[in-house]
Order: sequence, then C-alpha cells, then structure tokens
Amino acid sequence: MIMPELAMHVLDIAQNSISAGAKHVKIVIDADRTRNILTIAVVDDGCGMDDEMEKRVLSPFTTSRTTRKVGLGIPFFKLGAECCDGNFELKSEKGIGTSITATYSISHIDRPPIGDIAETIAMLVICNEKTDFVLSYTIDGKTFIFDTEQIKIVLGDGIPLTDPDVMGWIRDYLCQGIEEINGGIDL
Amino acid sequence: MKSLQELEAIRKRTLEKINLRKEHNGTRIVVGMATCGIAAGARPVLSAFVDEVTKRSLSDVVVAQTGCIGICRLEPIVEVYKPDQEKVTYVKVSPDMVARIVAEHIVNGKVVDEYTIGYYETHQN
Repeated sequence: MIMPELAMHVLDIAQNSISAGAKHVKIVIDADRTRNILTIAVVDDGCGMDDEMEKRVLSPFTTSRTTRKVGLGIPFFKLGAECCDGNFELKSEKGIGTSITATYSISHIDRPPIGDIAETIAMLVICNEKTDFVLSYTIDGKTFIFDTEQIKIVLGDGIPLTDPDVMGWIRDYLCQGIEEINGGIDL
Repeated sequence: MKSLQELEAIRKRTLEKINLRKEHNGTRIVVGMATCGIAAGARPVLSAFVDEVTKRSLSDVVVAQTGCIGICRLEPIVEVYKPDQEKVTYVKVSPDMVARIVAEHIVNGKVVDEYTIGYYETHQN
C-alpha cells in the first residue's frame, strides 16, 4: 500500500476536511483486540458533497486540485481497508459535512501499523489554527481525548498555537497520552 | 506528565515575552502536504521544521502547509518565503536536511543552494 502508516491516511483525509472549510474535525481511532477490529474515522463539518460528487470521489481520477489529474487519497484509503478484511464507508451531506470510516482486521498480515498518530495530529493542529480538532484514541476500551478547544480556553486570546513552547507542549502531550493508552504495545 | 496546568504556565511566560517582542519579520516555511507530499514523507519533514523552530524559539517564523505544488515527483517540497526576497523552493527534502536549512537560510539568510530545485534540475543526470 502506498501509505506505510495508517496515520498518514488520517493526515491525508483530514486535509480534505480542511479544504472543505471544516471548523471541527474529529478523528477517531478505536482498536478492539477481542473483536479484532480497528476503526479509523474522520468526521468533519465542512461543505460536504452532493450525491454525484460522493460517488465520484471514490475514483482515483477525481481531484479538486488543478495541478494534476489524479487525487488518489480516498481510493487508497478504501483499498487499504478492503485489503485487510475491513470495510470503508463514506457519508456526506451537502452543507452538513463528511464522515469517512475505515475498518481493518487488526491481525491481518497486510494491515499497516497505526503509526505516529501524535505527529499527525500535532501537524494538523499547528498548521490549521482556525480549525478545531478532536482526537479520540481508544485501545480495548481505554480512551485518550485530545481537544484543541480545551487548549484554546487555557491559552486565551493572544497566544497562538504556533508559539514554539505551545507547539512543544502539544506534541509532548499527545505523545504521552497515546503512549499511556498503548501501554508499550504499538498496534 | 504534561498537563493543562503546565500549558497555563506556558501561557503566562509567553504573554510576558510577547510584550517584549518587536515587529516580527514574518518568515514562512511552507511544506506541501497533499497525498503526493504525504506519501513521499512530508510529515516528518514538517515535524522536523517545527522541532527546529521550537528548539531555537524562533517566534517570528511560521511553519505552514499547502496542497499540491504541482511537481509531485520532487516531493517532499518546501518553500521558504522571506520578506523582500524571492521564494526559495527546496526539493526532495528529508528530515536530516532540515537543521541545515533552518540554521543557514532561516536564521543566517544564506540559501542552501544544493537543496534547491534549480540545483537539482541542473545536476541530475
């Protein structure tokens, strides 16, 4: 598969949310080892798509960019899930938002590792200050929640998320929260 | 363990610093983060720039992302915009090139020629 980590798909799909003008993007990672299912979802309140566009985005030849004729992000994400005995679901409503969910069989030999989700979220947050992000990261029922709205409340006006000290804090906070849930095992 | 209390302390420290800060010069480092860039390894590059900027406390430098720049075969691509200077485009950037770009170009104003698109296009076989 083209993306060596699932976290890179998350980054890629979330870029679509940002292009769609989303104010809130929720990223859900939920691994349930007893059921052997890993769920990854990106839910946004961006501009959404009409039915015709919703069908077209599954084609590699759909893109909103003007620099080349292929998009590939969504088709790769779908293919990756389906190759691991998983499912892919895209729901979108014009004016409401889009939600994309991929599931994987955790034990499937072709399943890429979740990868560096802390770095993915940190980069999204740091580069898109006007968008609020929520990460809900769950392994076997234990959850870590990261929410930029909370951070912005603490920081108040006047201090950007891109302040060097704040950026450092965000990354460490994410890393530690995720590591604690992982408990030493990276899925 | 990092906590929100610690963030509150950062806020207080930073507010004091901001009051002392003069007009900032506004250098922008822009990393291409479309599917092509991400697949080529743009995320660790972006992260390395954030690290360097954090380490050096360069509060007048903005690290940002953009979509597809249009030359996907040369990703990861990084563009540096300094006020009153022409844009500089670095190509096939890896995280180990980042410290040098920040030290020489961002801080000291000397473009790292051998990482630029111009150099790449004229020196490849």
